[in-house]
Amino acid sequence: MIIGLYTVLSHGNLVKKLIGLNLFQASVFLLYISFGKVVGGTAPIIEKGFEVYSNPLPHVLILTAIVVGVATTALGLALAVRIFNAYGTLEEDEAIAAEESDGAAAS
Amino acid sequence: MTAHLPALQVLLPLLCAPMCVLVRHRLVAWLFFLLATVSALACAVLLAVRVSGGRELHYAMGGWEPPVGIEYVIDAANVPVLILVSGIGFVVGIYAKRSIEAEIDRHRIPLVYACACLTFTGLLGVTATGDAFNAFVFFEIASLSSYALIAMGRRRRALLAAFRYLIIGTIGATFLLIGIGLAYAVTGTLNMADLAARLPDVYGNRALTAAVAFTFVGLCVKMAVFPLHAWLPDAYAEAPSALSTFFAATSTKVAIYAFMRFAYTVFGVTLVFRMLPVDTIGMVIGSAGMVIGAAVACFQKDLKYLLAWSSVGQIGYIVVGFSLHSVGGLTAAYLHLVNHGVTKAALFAVAGMLLLRLGSVRLSALAGLGRRMPWTFAAIVLAGLGLVGVPPTAGFVSKWALVVALVTDGKWVLVAVVLVSSLLALVYVGRIVEVCWFREAPATGPVESPPASMVAATWLLVLASLYLGIDPARLDSLAEGAARALLGGAS
Repeated sequence: MIIGLYTVLSHGNLVKKLIGLNLFQASVFLLYISFGKVVGGTAPIIEKGFEVYSNPLPHVLILTAIVVGVATTALGLALAVRIFNAYGTLEEDEAIAAEESDGAAAS
Repeated sequence: MTAHLPALQVLLPLLCAPMCVLVRHRLVAWLFFLLATVSALACAVLLAVRVSGGRELHYAMGGWEPPVGIEYVIDAANVPVLILVSGIGFVVGIYAKRSIEAEIDRHRIPLVYACACLTFTGLLGVTATGDAFNAFVFFEIASLSSYALIAMGRRRRALLAAFRYLIIGTIGATFLLIGIGLAYAVTGTLNMADLAARLPDVYGNRALTAAVAFTFVGLCVKMAVFPLHAWLPDAYAEAPSALSTFFAATSTKVAIYAFMRFAYTVFGVTLVFRMLPVDTIGMVIGSAGMVIGAAVACFQKDLKYLLAWSSVGQIGYIVVGFSLHSVGGLTAAYLHLVNHGVTKAALFAVAGMLLLRLGSVRLSALAGLGRRMPWTFAAIVLAGLGLVGVPPTAGFVSKWALVVALVTDGKWVLVAVVLVSSLLALVYVGRIVEVCWFREAPATGPVESPPASMVAATWLLVLASLYLGIDPARLDSLAEGAARALLGGAS
């Protein structure tokens, strides 16, 4: 979780930021799944001979959160592509510098 | 049919979104967006009638009974927010047709409306749901579609704004997810009412403290409370005009509602305000936001950035209001939530018209506006006075309510902060007026008057903000009902 968050904050490259974000989200997914684990339980599929099951609810929830995460990544990458087309760079500081020199030229 | 109103409220806009994509026709897509907002407004008003008198409506989604299934709860606390969101949505629907045609490529217009429908669905969903995890999902529906909408802005800077918002917004949402997860881990339920009932058994649990902290930090990012507001100015200023009008009035407001819902009815006053110092933190960051947001707004050179920074300041009032955890404070928070939403929407709508006709909303471009576009200028002045809080505008009513609540509580320092921030608001509104009225107009030809639909929508918002100021009784009773519903659920 911390590594992911650190990556988001420390890297200027937009794609690296997205990867960090992904790492952060994935670790939260794992956190959820760990809540659902019951010691000695099997996967929550009804089957003869098994009495103890893991809690299925966190799995269901996190499936939704994973979809959200995928959508976020897709949108982020799409934005990164458009930023690359508009600025010719994927480094955040270079894009901001380009923006500022633009602003200075306009005013 | 009427039994299904809580679900229809959210489902109709959701259904309109794929229709916009399927028909791929600008006019039809716009009609679908209008249909979504009109039906949502109708649902919200009907629901308001049904819950008046302190009743609550519970709706088990898909027939699955809570606490296992997802439950929608409509009570006095969320009806004002539903009406605000759908009402603003409707006005923006009228406004959007010409504004979006002017600012966005033809072939993208149906997609813009589809995303707008999704944002709208998400905001209504967060408000209507009674399930913590479901609230997270709706937040993400609203946020993801708004990132896409902000990226549609005309300048390439909009892309950077959208990307930054995406990163910050996702971190906020993930914090919220961690918070909800931890709360689930200690109680074993996600239903808000059920959570509230089970939490007293685990007071003092470290994980619960962490859950509260994560949830609130996550929501604060979505609310753009002062130190976590970095995404807001760029995002609001760079989004297409119609959409910045919509976001400014609704998206942070819905997050504020969610915060109040979590603070009062889920975690409860005992935990949030007595065992943890959320009220002190709220007052400190709220008052810092009020002063700093307004001060930064004074130095902006672009009208839309100025308005966005002023939003950061105004959110501070609402945060201070609900941090008081008294009926007066919460009523003031609700009043300001609605009043500021309407006023700020009016100002962003004006900015959109100026952008369309003048090509720029830099303050230097607005010189002499008072003579070139007198009616538009009148709209700016009336709504601007609402931001400052001059009677008889809407802003006055809610600031007065807030000051009375602060005095009742003996928080004199905060009263002074509110006054300072209002004076700063006077400075930035004064700057706009000064530029528009006293500077010489550049020697260009007369400006074409803006399209009638946009003018109508803008004046609807301006007059609504005046009406709320002159006859605040009805809104006041709604707000007080909301405050009592929140506090009643907590005790």
